[in-house]
Amino acid sequence: MTTIAPRPAAAAESGGHPAPPLDPPRTLSTPRLASGAGALRALALACRECDAAFEAGPIAICENCLAPVEPVYDPDRSLPDRDAIASRPTSLWRYREWLPFTGTPTLSLDSGWTPLVEAPALARALGVERAWVKNDSVSHPSLSFKDRVVAMAINAARAFGLDTLACASTGNLANAVAAHAARAGVPAWIFIPHDLELGKVIGTLVFGARVVRVRGTYDDVNRLCAQIADRFGWGIANVNLRSYYGEGSKTVAFEIVEQLGWRFPTAVVAPMAGGSLVTKLRKGFAEFRGAGLAAGGPLPRLYGAQAAGCGPIARLVQSRGDRLVPEVPNTIARSLAIGNPADGSLAARTIHETGGWAAAVSDEAIVRGIRVLAETTGIFTETAGGTTVAAALELARSGRLAPSDEVVLCITGHGLKTVEAVAPTLTDTPTIGPRVREVEALVREI
Amino acid sequence: MPITIHLPNVLAKLADGQRTVEADGATVGAAVGEVSARFPALRPRLVDDAGNPYPFVTYYLNDEDIRFTGGFDALVRDGDEVTVVPAVAGG
Ligand SMILES: Cc1ncc(COP(=O)(O)O)c(C=O)c1O
Ligand SMILES: [Zn+2]
Repeated sequence: MTTIAPRPAAAAESGGHPAPPLDPPRTLSTPRLASGAGALRALALACRECDAAFEAGPIAICENCLAPVEPVYDPDRSLPDRDAIASRPTSLWRYREWLPFTGTPTLSLDSGWTPLVEAPALARALGVERAWVKNDSVSHPSLSFKDRVVAMAINAARAFGLDTLACASTGNLANAVAAHAARAGVPAWIFIPHDLELGKVIGTLVFGARVVRVRGTYDDVNRLCAQIADRFGWGIANVNLRSYYGEGSKTVAFEIVEQLGWRFPTAVVAPMAGGSLVTKLRKGFAEFRGAGLAAGGPLPRLYGAQAAGCGPIARLVQSRGDRLVPEVPNTIARSLAIGNPADGSLAARTIHETGGWAAAVSDEAIVRGIRVLAETTGIFTETAGGTTVAAALELARSGRLAPSDEVVLCITGHGLKTVEAVAPTLTDTPTIGPRVREVEALVREI
Repeated sequence: MPITIHLPNVLAKLADGQRTVEADGATVGAAVGEVSARFPALRPRLVDDAGNPYPFVTYYLNDEDIRFTGGFDALVRDGDEVTVVPAVAGG
């Protein structure tokens, strides 16, 4: 029984603002797109399973077979070379020929291009040649990789004339939709499980979004949003705009290739919730290989990370089965707590095709993973990142990662969003008077 | 035993424009079969060649994913509601 319970405070404060015209804020630091002039248009769509073709629009499902639809790129479009890409502004739009639009996007122009940080101590812990962190915990503006997908969704909404943005979220998408919508001056409706972490809720409400807590798990929220998708004329980022939204995740792969000097790592570890990110990583790597932008070597092996308390995709990978068994989530990794992942089967297949594997790690291991990353790289990640680090350590221990490997860990969200997870494991801090001898005493204790 | 089946919008036009149809049957599978017989164009959208649900379509009996409660064999009672939901992405 799913009933929605709008928070009185949120309902009272945010209300349905009328949609003002969508003028993108212009500041000196907002990258301008050099070419590709003309009004923004979204690409047409085709069914992933039966190839049925559809005009561009806010549709996510094939009306013939209910499978997901995906944007269709013109195989004859002209593509930039490495130098042309390198000369463009440092945002995800530098890869615009591989993003699902023609013409010039006008919103969310400065997301993407997060640091790729080499992590030698982590490489030693993993027993691999080299390791890097793709640090989307500092993604602009909402501190998770969901900025990439929402940059697509909001431009798609604009192209289709939808004047309200919405989403069903495990937290990070909520933050991203609310932030991008606020900046564009459009109202946002955000549906989340009723008991999400405080940081995720505050990090959504602050943007003036209408936040609705739904009693139940994310899967209940998701179902509700699927049912309301076409009722109110909203653009729901991960429902009716999903075909465009998902393409944004490819830019993680593009950036990894470019930041490594136009080459592939041998392995990439990424967290999985709905399973979209890992499938889009593979699509991105394959597209850059096809465009001759990545030197030699096979596509990276992809490794999926989930929590033991919600690991339906990891278990499907490990069992080599063909039907995903849904789960009722029970883990601190709330951002990954999707028991009925839409892209689960595809994700498992993708992982196998690259020669990769998956791990489902305990909540204790997730917390240790957060701390290992913080203590070895200076990067504070949320539970999804802890899951990724813990999974990488387990995959290394079980011999899935080899000493010759060059591994990239996708750290997809910031740690301040989930302080509840680590707080209980951190030692108390001494409180002293403002006196030198008290400091001396502390220093002597160490 | 009449129950109600809620269809996704994209399928309504195959059921005379109705988003909600009445169905009979003792199980979810039987009810889906009965509706498919009345609206033959719906059948291949609701079930695969072997008569099973597609992996990217979730059936809910009231609020429960039927994969937790016996799949198409889940028993239905008068007044139950079955909701057909195409999978949507994570978030
Ligand atoms: C921080 C973080 N990492 C990874 C994911 C997984 O993404 P996907 O649903 O594409 O598998 C999510 C999804 O919500 C997330 O919030
Ligand atoms: Zn199809």
